[in-house]
Amino acid sequence: MQEGKALPAAQVNRDLLRSILETPRWFWPVVSLLGMVVLAAAVTIGIMVDRGLGITGLNYKVVWGFFITNFVFWIGISHAGVMLSAILRLAKAEWRRPATRAAEVLTIFSLMTAMIMPIIHTGRPWRILYWAFPYDFARGVWPNIRTPLVWDPSAILTYLTSSTLFVLIALVPDFAVLRDRTTGWPKIVYTMLAMGWEGNPRQWKLQIIAGVLLSALILPVFVSVHSIVSWDFGMAVAIKSWHSTVFAPYFVVGAVHSGVSAVVFAMILLRWAYGWQDYIRHEHIDALGRLLIVVATGWFYFLVMEIIFGIYGLEGDELAVRALQFLPGDHGVAYNIWMIVFVGITYFLPVILWLPKAWRRNLWIMSAACISVNVGMWLERYLLFVPGQANKQFQTFTWNDYLPQWPEALIVGATFAFVSMLMLLFSRVFPLVPLYDIKEGDILKTEMQIGRRTVPATFRED
Amino acid sequence: MAMQGIMGLLRNAMPAASAKHTVLGVFSDAESAATAGDELKSAGIPDTDYDFLTDSPYPEGSLGERDEPHRLYLYPFIGALLGLSSGIMITAMTQVAYPLVTGGKPVLSLPPMAIVCYEGTMLGAILFTVIGIVFESRLPKFDLGLYDNRITQGFLGLRVKAEPEQSREVVQIMNAAGAVDVKTDQ
Repeated sequence: MQEGKALPAAQVNRDLLRSILETPRWFWPVVSLLGMVVLAAAVTIGIMVDRGLGITGLNYKVVWGFFITNFVFWIGISHAGVMLSAILRLAKAEWRRPATRAAEVLTIFSLMTAMIMPIIHTGRPWRILYWAFPYDFARGVWPNIRTPLVWDPSAILTYLTSSTLFVLIALVPDFAVLRDRTTGWPKIVYTMLAMGWEGNPRQWKLQIIAGVLLSALILPVFVSVHSIVSWDFGMAVAIKSWHSTVFAPYFVVGAVHSGVSAVVFAMILLRWAYGWQDYIRHEHIDALGRLLIVVATGWFYFLVMEIIFGIYGLEGDELAVRALQFLPGDHGVAYNIWMIVFVGITYFLPVILWLPKAWRRNLWIMSAACISVNVGMWLERYLLFVPGQANKQFQTFTWNDYLPQWPEALIVGATFAFVSMLMLLFSRVFPLVPLYDIKEGDILKTEMQIGRRTVPATFRED
Repeated sequence: MAMQGIMGLLRNAMPAASAKHTVLGVFSDAESAATAGDELKSAGIPDTDYDFLTDSPYPEGSLGERDEPHRLYLYPFIGALLGLSSGIMITAMTQVAYPLVTGGKPVLSLPPMAIVCYEGTMLGAILFTVIGIVFESRLPKFDLGLYDNRITQGFLGLRVKAEPEQSREVVQIMNAAGAVDVKTDQ
């Protein structure tokens, strides 16, 4: 697990700051392209606010469609940051070093994107202010804190604030490196951001404690966020198939599954785009692949349990939803085919690809597996939310299907462009691989003679 | 009291007006820097008067630096208490201000209050931890003082505050220990 050689600090600076100190030729064309997609989505949102949600496929029965699916998907992706950074930091896993910052930054941008979805989904975004916050002093209308739709913003805002501060605190030493390597106005900005960091033992000691302490504090928030997101559905007792008691852990594990897969794919892209072969190595991707097998299997267990719990009660309208999900029928959308596709590409295909070591070290195969997981996890949320609403309910005889329309497809597609654009812009001004963490790892690297073999090793301070 | 506290913070943030000279030795390896630190101690310079500057954390004690006590662990507790109080206030006051009696149950519904209070507690704890990290690290510091950009390039700095009559000896100690460069503020 120690394949890379220790590199001199000057080379680490040169390699990892290349994305900031030099602009690759592809950078601005790619950012502009992504920006245009985001702009198109912004215009579409404007049209939707103007004309109303009638231009979407949402209807009387199916009121939560693409937007809410996408909201849960991005919340899920955001769980990668804490999973990788906090858990691996607490476990002192040496291979976490190059992955933590990208994962944490992906957390922030995914959360920001996720938060946009329910806001635009309301159709009247400005009203969110007094639905979620105790704000409307003049009329005495206050948020109803008994609804998960109020718990949700409190959890997400806590997670977003915490993750942002977590990233910023860890960036301070790297700002100091940038302060010393830049000139002109960038130097002024980095000098202010570095806050006078000089790297004395007291500062480093507190930086290390901060990493552990903040990890320990953010971990429970990370678990609470997706649990609360699951309760957006779980507390809606009127809709069958939504109020399973395993929803909270099922959602948390699912989030880690999709989030870590997204981080692996992002790391492979960054390695390719910025030439970080010495930092994001095959051993790191291999280790993440092994972790993903465990996470995927945990997720699969909850998936099966959720279905079994649903069927076991033998309630008529719950069984009707399950029939809609799993059996062929004469309704418009073949949910059963989509269910097979979703389980195949979320669990069986990627796990088969992750099992052989040689495939875990093949970046093409790993990329394909990670994309497959994320397509599957998006489908999972869709197939979890929509059939439950489309089903005939107690005392109603309305069956209604949902066909997403172009504004929804465009906005959902643009969220991927939005996160990619933000990640690229971040990498242009801040290091996406933590410099001091890599340098610390290099200081602690050594070699041990065991019998006739010299093996790479790492000192670890307790 | 509050004024004294603010003045104390400002004193930490601003460079101290001292008659002492500052000497900065730049070393290419940890062993030489640690040797220079040991020699300074032997020469009677208190370990509070010198600091090692590095671009990454070294294992504690590897440079022979002094132990640094801190109060960071207090901050999350204070923040958590404040966050919990804010959570209770927001959830209780909104329910009391707009009472919704459901099925004859009490107006204050504790399970949802617990969720929002939990998030408030964690947010308070995390915010105060971050504030604690900044202040306990003696940041922000508006003037870096004697510094060398090579420190963030893998070199180690040893910055010493010495009495004017001692500064020549400090320079000699640094050079003897293998400093690649020695700077003074004079």
